[in-house]
Amino acid sequence: MKHTLSVMVENNPGVLARVAGLFSRRGFNIDSLAVGRTENPRVSRMTIVVEGDDTTLEQVNKQLHKLVDVIKISDLTKDAYVDRELVMIKVFAEPSERAEIMQLVDIFRARIVDVGPKTLTIEVTGNEGKIDAFELSLRSFGIKELVRTGKIAMLRGYKTSTKNNNYKEEEVS
Amino acid sequence: MDITVAEALVRCLEQEKVEIVFGYPGGAILPVYDALNHTSIRHILVRHEQGAAHAADGYARVTGKVGVCMATSGPGATNLVTGIANAYMDSIPMIIITGQVATSQVGTDAFQEVDITGITLPITKHNFLVKDPAKLPVIVKKAFLIAATGRPGPVLIDLPKDIAQARIKFKYPKTVELTGYKPTYRGHPSMVQQAAGLIMSSERPVIYAGGGVRISNAAPELLQLAETISAPVTHTLMGLGCFPGNHPLFLGMLGLHGTRYANQAVTECDCLIAVGARFDDRVVTKVSGFAPSAKIIHIDIDPAEIGKNVRINLPIVGDVKNVLGAILPLLKKKENGAWVARVQQLKKDYALRYDRGGMLKPQYVLEKLNEFKDDDAIVVTDVGQHQMWAALYMRFKEPRSFLSSGGLGAMGFCLPAAVGAKLGAPHRTVIVVIGDGGIQMTMQELGTAAEQKLPLKIFVLNNQRLGMVRQLQEFYCEKRYFGVDFQFNLDFTALGRLYGMEGYTVETEEQLLEILPRVLTSPEGVIVNCIVDPEENVYPMVLNGSPINEAID
Ligand SMILES: Cc1ncc(C[n+]2csc(CCOP(=O)(O)OP(=O)(O)O)c2C)c(N)n1
Repeated sequence: MKHTLSVMVENNPGVLARVAGLFSRRGFNIDSLAVGRTENPRVSRMTIVVEGDDTTLEQVNKQLHKLVDVIKISDLTKDAYVDRELVMIKVFAEPSERAEIMQLVDIFRARIVDVGPKTLTIEVTGNEGKIDAFELSLRSFGIKELVRTGKIAMLRGYKTSTKNNNYKEEEVS
Repeated sequence: MDITVAEALVRCLEQEKVEIVFGYPGGAILPVYDALNHTSIRHILVRHEQGAAHAADGYARVTGKVGVCMATSGPGATNLVTGIANAYMDSIPMIIITGQVATSQVGTDAFQEVDITGITLPITKHNFLVKDPAKLPVIVKKAFLIAATGRPGPVLIDLPKDIAQARIKFKYPKTVELTGYKPTYRGHPSMVQQAAGLIMSSERPVIYAGGGVRISNAAPELLQLAETISAPVTHTLMGLGCFPGNHPLFLGMLGLHGTRYANQAVTECDCLIAVGARFDDRVVTKVSGFAPSAKIIHIDIDPAEIGKNVRINLPIVGDVKNVLGAILPLLKKKENGAWVARVQQLKKDYALRYDRGGMLKPQYVLEKLNEFKDDDAIVVTDVGQHQMWAALYMRFKEPRSFLSSGGLGAMGFCLPAAVGAKLGAPHRTVIVVIGDGGIQMTMQELGTAAEQKLPLKIFVLNNQRLGMVRQLQEFYCEKRYFGVDFQFNLDFTALGRLYGMEGYTVETEEQLLEILPRVLTSPEGVIVNCIVDPEENVYPMVLNGSPINEAID
């Protein structure tokens, strides 16, 4: 089963290497990994999608916890959450096909961000299912290039993955 | 007043009450050496950086303090790697300081530049590259805290030369915040309660003690637990010494080369209490056949060890001493008469045995060494057959008396570790048990021992070959021996003499018995070259794929 983990880490140099190294060293499979700053500039958040059974996930969790730079790990899959991914697709678009492509863009609530003589570059956000469907529908036109950000995710409702919204060092364990 | 970062580093070490640093100098660490001169800290110049790391490790194992070693950038740093990995695998608290090329040169493949923080990422508990001079004191404080607390381990600080020369206002912080580092020391009360219940309802309990007992100084609690519930105690290689070897409940080592009675007792027990041990594959051998009828209680400070290798019925995360201290008052005295009698019978039926005919037997040497040594002597072994025989045939009353490379199984550990051990415990006799292979891996440290006037008692179990590998080839390669015997071997007594040590060669039991008392009481360092039977195997032995109760002996 796939799990979406939110991993809060201290924004120290090398922290990405530590986390990525741990996954490869222990033979855990990363499906995707996205990193960025949070509301606290000293803390980064990694959203890691990892494949594995319960025992593997338990080990992933525990081994991540052993890294001194890791502050908190939440398995969002255990709760209601929203996830998004952003994708840019450069698709071949002959003048005769453009109308059809723009219709698809409309249906998927995507956006055209660049128009070239032979291509259109389209941005779309959504969950994995939507993005896969969109990609599939563009295949027939010929995809020249595709880039995905990797998934980011957040719990629904008032709850957060950081312990406290007003982050204070002492309060986070 | 401003001081250099290198001077600040030395002040930090003084504040941490570091007495000894093991090291080897070079260009990039020059500023630190300059600052180390004329301080209260004693510098031990080793002969190879691997020796510095192992010596710091041996020192830490014996004293319980944090061992400190240092080396220059590039080759100095890479030479430390085996020693760091060894400390990591055995959870030894250690600080490693490496010089690094100047920050402006980092990443340019400068002369003697290696990415040592990258290289040691998987073999340190944590590491730091110092980039901001002002942060040095905080980094050192954090490094010592991380190395010594929770499950201990090595922490490396990489210090670029220009940073070491920069000037800062020195202030050593009293405390530091480590947001993501909060070891659990107290066992969960409900788990403790349940464990006590499980223990009291068991009829055939066995305690399986590991290195965590030594780390948390929990030998007294372990003894009390065993005696209260009349549970026999088996131990890992790391746990040797945590339970008195002369106690009726002592079972000796378990696992691949464990005693048959320990392995049988574990197989028959209905409750296995694992205390500061990690169910290593050399202990468990075949997972499905390990303690099949037992409810397993696992007490360890590292949550990641729980359930990693075998199923656990009752985990308690916490410091072993604390957890045992919490369980003990909940227990009542119990006898388990039938079980204790059964275990005593197993000890009789499956006693260790070897044939004394023919050449001098290594087991005999170790039995006699055990008889003649002081109670508080420290035994340091290398890796191989002699190591297993020492673990099987030697007895210890106290933890921190038997030092061996466990998790990494690194040949070459022994001599430098013995140097560190003797410096850490100058009043205890340090006995080195080593193979003719392993001594040649780090024998340059005899120079360090001579220089520091450390009278080591070195027993080379000389079988003219790499005995343990020969044994593996006998069993797993149908005796196709290859690459295991030394066509050239040196006279180890002559080697000893070069370093100012006394030397003896013994080939018979009589010769051994004659020299033993003299060797152990002499104020000098001694090398005893024991010519032993090269065909001898370590038994018991569990063959690949078998459960622990199916050993051959
Ligand atoms: C650094 C290192 N290299 C190789 C090995 C593999 N190895 C394990 S035991 C052994 C033989 C050791 O021979 P010796 O030191 O003579 O001791 P003996 O087994 O004969 O007692 C070897 C080569 C090892 N453990 N460590």
